[in-house]
Amino acid sequence: MVATALFYIFAAIATAGAIMVVAQRNPVYSALYLVLTLFALAGEYVLLMAHFIAIVHVAVYAGAIVVLFLFVIMLLNVRLEERAPDAFRYMIYAGLPMAAILFVEMGYFAFRGFQQAMVQGTRVGLVESIGRALFSQYVLPFEVASILLLVAMIGALYLSKRKLEIVAFKRPRSKKERLKVMMYEEEH
Amino acid sequence: MPAVPISHFLILSAVLFSLGVLGVIIRRNAIVIFMCIELMLNAVNLTFLAFSNYLNNVEGQIFVFMVMVVAAAEVAVGLAIIVAIFRLRETVHVDEIKLLKW
Repeated sequence: MVATALFYIFAAIATAGAIMVVAQRNPVYSALYLVLTLFALAGEYVLLMAHFIAIVHVAVYAGAIVVLFLFVIMLLNVRLEERAPDAFRYMIYAGLPMAAILFVEMGYFAFRGFQQAMVQGTRVGLVESIGRALFSQYVLPFEVASILLLVAMIGALYLSKRKLEIVAFKRPRSKKERLKVMMYEEEH
Repeated sequence: MPAVPISHFLILSAVLFSLGVLGVIIRRNAIVIFMCIELMLNAVNLTFLAFSNYLNNVEGQIFVFMVMVVAAAEVAVGLAIIVAIFRLRETVHVDEIKLLKW
């Protein structure tokens, strides 16, 4: 009974947080409500006996991804989302039915198919079993994932670098280059 | 032992996924659209874990791990792209960034 109560509490928090993420006009509040949703989801993961994933989820999402979001929002100094001009205002009339249809579709099959199946006590989500799987059968995907992260890091660095900065660091050789550096410094 | 039906988790996942879709469609701020994509990824993760528990199989958990890796990479690159676009156009509203070339 405790598990059922906890499920509904976490589900309510997650749903309310998700609604606020979509409804808030200030992106900073959206990010903070996203943290709330993610913490509630971590609670659901624990109820599903996925302890390792729950911990990693909190560390990766709340600790890294949302912080990155907040950094970018504050870097960009984004203003409040004002009322949308012209055609975009009617987007909600397309979005609401689509989301509703999607929900009914998925919810119907979930409700019809898995009514009797209960969450079972299993050791499959513990650190031990995941570690065994990750470092034996799935060691290649694991290594590929690390390469993917490296590539993403290099890509993010390259994209966020200003192109002209390289010129500024180099010692100017000709009059033309010196002029370019001076112009750059004036600009920034 | 917890005795919650699997279907409850799947329905919660459907709710979160639909809200993510709704956000992607109606919001104009590219950063908030990214947050809604994260919401959808998390809904899928919840489904993976529910079925991993139902089938008593570790592969669902490995998949969630991989989804998290991809989500982290996607956010890093995506936010860098948004910063680059903001430098060029001084906006992050998707309805003002509709040309592929300028």
